[in-house]
Amino acid sequence: MPEPSIVVRSLTKRFGGFTAVDAVSFDVRRGAIFGFLGANGAGKSTTIRMLCGLLDPTSGTATVGGFDVGREPERIKRVIGYMSQKFSLYEDLTVLENIRFFGGVYGLPSKVLQARLPWVLELAGLNGRERSLTRTLSAGWKQRLALGCAVLHEPEIVFLDEPTGGVDPASRRRFWELINGLSERGVTVFVTTHYLDEAEYCNDIRLIHAGRIVAGGGPRELKAEIIRHPILEVATDRPVDALEVLRREPWVLETSIFGAALHVGVADEAEGRRLILARLAREGIVPDRVDRIVPSLEDVFIRKIEEQA
Amino acid sequence: MKAPPRAFIGPVMRKEVRQIRRDTRSLVFMLLLPAFLLIVFGLALNFDIKHVPLAVVDLEGSRLSRGLVEKFRTTEYFDVKATLDRTGDIDDLMAREKIKAALVIPPTFSEDLLAGRSPSVQFLLDGANAMSGTTAAGYAAAILQSYAQRTTLEALERRGAGGATLPLATQVRVWYNPELKSARFLLPGLMAFILMVILTTSTAFSIVREKERGTMEQLAVSPLPASALIVGKLVPYVLISLASAHLVLGLGGVLFGVGVKGSYLLLLLGMVLFLVAGLGQGLLISAVTRTQQVAFLLSVLTTILPTFILSGFVFPIRNMPAVVQAVTYLVPARHFLVVLRSVILKGAGLPAFWEQMLLLAAFAASTLALSVVMLRRGEGRGPRRRAGRAA
Repeated sequence: MPEPSIVVRSLTKRFGGFTAVDAVSFDVRRGAIFGFLGANGAGKSTTIRMLCGLLDPTSGTATVGGFDVGREPERIKRVIGYMSQKFSLYEDLTVLENIRFFGGVYGLPSKVLQARLPWVLELAGLNGRERSLTRTLSAGWKQRLALGCAVLHEPEIVFLDEPTGGVDPASRRRFWELINGLSERGVTVFVTTHYLDEAEYCNDIRLIHAGRIVAGGGPRELKAEIIRHPILEVATDRPVDALEVLRREPWVLETSIFGAALHVGVADEAEGRRLILARLAREGIVPDRVDRIVPSLEDVFIRKIEEQA
Repeated sequence: MKAPPRAFIGPVMRKEVRQIRRDTRSLVFMLLLPAFLLIVFGLALNFDIKHVPLAVVDLEGSRLSRGLVEKFRTTEYFDVKATLDRTGDIDDLMAREKIKAALVIPPTFSEDLLAGRSPSVQFLLDGANAMSGTTAAGYAAAILQSYAQRTTLEALERRGAGGATLPLATQVRVWYNPELKSARFLLPGLMAFILMVILTTSTAFSIVREKERGTMEQLAVSPLPASALIVGKLVPYVLISLASAHLVLGLGGVLFGVGVKGSYLLLLLGMVLFLVAGLGQGLLISAVTRTQQVAFLLSVLTTILPTFILSGFVFPIRNMPAVVQAVTYLVPARHFLVVLRSVILKGAGLPAFWEQMLLLAAFAASTLALSVVMLRRGEGRGPRRRAGRAA
């Protein structure tokens, strides 16, 4: 088994009295797509910033590509690519000028840069728009160009901090295909997101909540962990009222709202369906349908966070 | 394959030039605003006093006293606005600002003068504006003095003492600025003042803007050395401000008749040192601030007042308390002012201002070095995370 790309042990960051990251430990396999999931303010960005050498850890250790975060940040900078929450491109430069500049910033010789140019343009789908000012591009294009600039120097590890924020669903899907492509070429991808559905694209996941890792594993393992009882989706036009009623029943194991539907965990599917319909009928609520569903990762995470609290 | 820092300067410079070129407003601001300000302030800032409105009260009415009044009538420094019979009328005219000065000739004027006694001619002044008041008093004293000397000499000659001379007569000759025109004295200071403000504000945004937009963070995770970033950002601004400074210099010659008397090369060297000092101060401000507003405020605060008050532009430094004098060494315009006045007005060589050149170079080097250090320490820490540094 090859050495992991990233090794993190008891990494902690405190800002004054506030602990943003609390003794976090994990390994990231070479070539993996490692998803770091959590709500805004959970500690995702702080972790990524420590790993990129932008922030000094308060305590704990981490190595990235075999280099120590605290002692060898300059060496780490040569083996990583980084894309931040904001698209860190120069809006007043053209597509080509941005690519050239970031090539220069990574010290790429012009021959290498010339060879990489078509690849980045292809990846970003910007062939024919090389001379457009970056500010005129849509969010999805900016995002792909930012990724292209971040991997221009062929880093072995790429950090993507909330790369899909503010981008339309089609572009998001396309972006994840690009990330898959990188992973297939052996690049380790460390990605943070607060879109839980994006976790399905990752092959290793950690859920971070209030600075602590509360769950981890592959998407399938995480799901398996919760398929200990069935989950029924109750579609109704009064989900909030239905939730208020059902959550007080002892036979309801868990409840949560997903859009206009209610997810209800019960011990047995047939019995649960009967009980739900009977209880809601007493409140005058008639659900459109009650279906057994495969739990989404969101169900897993909500349960995990509730367990923590 | 670790590239040396200077290999990174090229890409940064090219990027800066492209950004500046596309930001037409800022480019015009940097290039033309100094010239525009020089014209406006150059015309407005005039400490020369001419045509001071004057009232005359001649209580004697003799040939000699009328001669003295005539002297005041023919000089361009005073305009005789009123001829009064009583000194009591002066008050009212002065209060209504009809006149700024009054000349009172006593009834014993000729008698005293011919007898060799000093006649007590009264010169009353509106001292509300101390500066112009002092200047006007100086002119009046000079006129009185020369008139008294000449009449005394004439009187002596008439008595047969031909070729008589007065025991003591001062001959004042003013060098470098014979007409004591305030433009000559003020223009170098004005140039330094305007350039300093524009220089510092133009670079004060350059790094903090990248912090606000998030591109700074992208650079912080790259191998780009902080020194290359600073130098790459500095060079294009030096070239632009050099053009701007020449425009100002040319205008000074054409519009205000203040041409360069001394060595142009020395002036160029001093100018480059001053420009780098001013731009360096802006870069340092940009490296330590988090928002463009704060950067702008700081650059205005650290240039306008210090340069106006502490550079010797208007107020002589040797009259300041020792502590304040020490502070003036931190004002680059102070040193540049000496260089400018020496080269432009006096045509002096390096021995006259080598110390100032060294001080300018030291200021420039330390602001740039400090910017690099501050940039490295706060790398990429944008608006939000900065607080974490203290923890």
